[in-house]
Amino acid sequence: MKNTHARQPLKSVRNMVQACIQCGTCTGSCPNAFAMDHTPRQLWQMLLNDRPRDAITSKTFILCSSCYYCTLRCPRGLPLTDAMAALTRLAKTENPGGFKKSQAFFHQFLESVRRHGRVNESELMTLFFMEAKDPVLPFAYANLGIKFLRKNKIRLPFVKQKPSRGLDKIFEKVRELETHS
Amino acid sequence: MKYFYYPGCSLEGTAREYNLSTLSLMNALGAELIEIEDWTCCGASAAHSLSELLAWVLPARVLALAEKMNRERKKPLDILVPCSACYLNLKKVSETCRTDTGLLEKINTVLAVEGLFLENRLIVRHLLDVLTRDIDISDIKQNVQKFFTGFSVAPYYGCQCLRPYAVFDDPERPESMEPLIRAAGAAVHPWKMGGRCCGAAHMTTHPETGRALVAAILAGARGSDMIVTVCPMCQMNLEGFQKKIAKTGPGISETTILYLPQFLGMALGLPESAVRTDLNLCITPGFRKKYQPLTAKPLSGAQPSA
Repeated sequence: MKNTHARQPLKSVRNMVQACIQCGTCTGSCPNAFAMDHTPRQLWQMLLNDRPRDAITSKTFILCSSCYYCTLRCPRGLPLTDAMAALTRLAKTENPGGFKKSQAFFHQFLESVRRHGRVNESELMTLFFMEAKDPVLPFAYANLGIKFLRKNKIRLPFVKQKPSRGLDKIFEKVRELETHS
Repeated sequence: MKYFYYPGCSLEGTAREYNLSTLSLMNALGAELIEIEDWTCCGASAAHSLSELLAWVLPARVLALAEKMNRERKKPLDILVPCSACYLNLKKVSETCRTDTGLLEKINTVLAVEGLFLENRLIVRHLLDVLTRDIDISDIKQNVQKFFTGFSVAPYYGCQCLRPYAVFDDPERPESMEPLIRAAGAAVHPWKMGGRCCGAAHMTTHPETGRALVAAILAGARGSDMIVTVCPMCQMNLEGFQKKIAKTGPGISETTILYLPQFLGMALGLPESAVRTDLNLCITPGFRKKYQPLTAKPLSGAQPSA
């Protein structure tokens, strides 16, 4: 993707921030701005200046924790948290291979929901570690996992749980509608 | 008082004590909770990161199930949700569909595969909203058995029960928990971190960033006896990584983290086995020592403020 001529999907995000006046209230309100490579205000500027490649490869939106401070305070009333989420969705196709850890987590989370209807936390983390392919990652959570197991708060992964109902039909219908729109 | 009850996935697992203490407290306050049958996940923060439509449909399914149960009732019941992330997902679909009929139609196209239909008639309420607006504070004051005299409690609201929908509290300077804390005989810890973000899922996907946010909250709670929370994700972030975070810098000491209904339940004299403090990850020896001698009367003649 070249940096000019935003493709259709990114145009829809640009439309969400079209009325941005670059005041920077979002940046000043963002608890995660310190960890971002571009501030939220700069991200909107990239979209408005038709630099979609810069926007979609920025780490800004993947560091959004949905605290909604920017949305609450934006003097133009723009849905900025929703715009961050929209970019995260687009990154899956527009920046394949980027943000592997986050994408792996979201993917396994929803897979757990599709299979069981509800999230199985230990199964989610196990499959997340496998998909993220980072051999050190599990150790960071080993202590917490053991505490949870001891307190009987999580089940061992893949142990058959009480009858659960999957949501295959709903997931299929959503996919069908989204591929045809 | 009756409500439909949506516990959500965390409250069946890592946040079991939030579920059990909510049930115990609401029972003690005379409220009946009717669990939504066959409920499923609200999509959490994962669904909107992968599919916009799925992020609408998953919470809509829960609302449709509650409506189905409501059809046999004369008076509509509100839906009580203790988890802030679940609350916002349910609230968001309900609020958005009020004006966006196209979206409601699309959601119903999907729900039809399970024979469900959403009219969007019920109101979604956070546990804190119900505790502060439906429960008479004097009911709590009059029934306090254990006055937390001499305790300083830091109220932690987090984000999603406050923003973007300002329903029951000031989304910038929240204070709805303060009368509850004072009613229990404790003092409110003065701080500005109550509505700040704990980093949500960052602790998993961007741990360094998540730890920095939690460190600021724990540092702000210095001098208090405990932080009380109203969200399973906030609770896990605040209690689960304290040792690691303490290593990152000075000014952070081990802090007791309780769910609000655990704290209020204890004040109302519920046994710890009912509010399940055995399941918490961080209750400090200092807290235990101070809590043990609490009697039915305020200590040293001090009256609970407010």
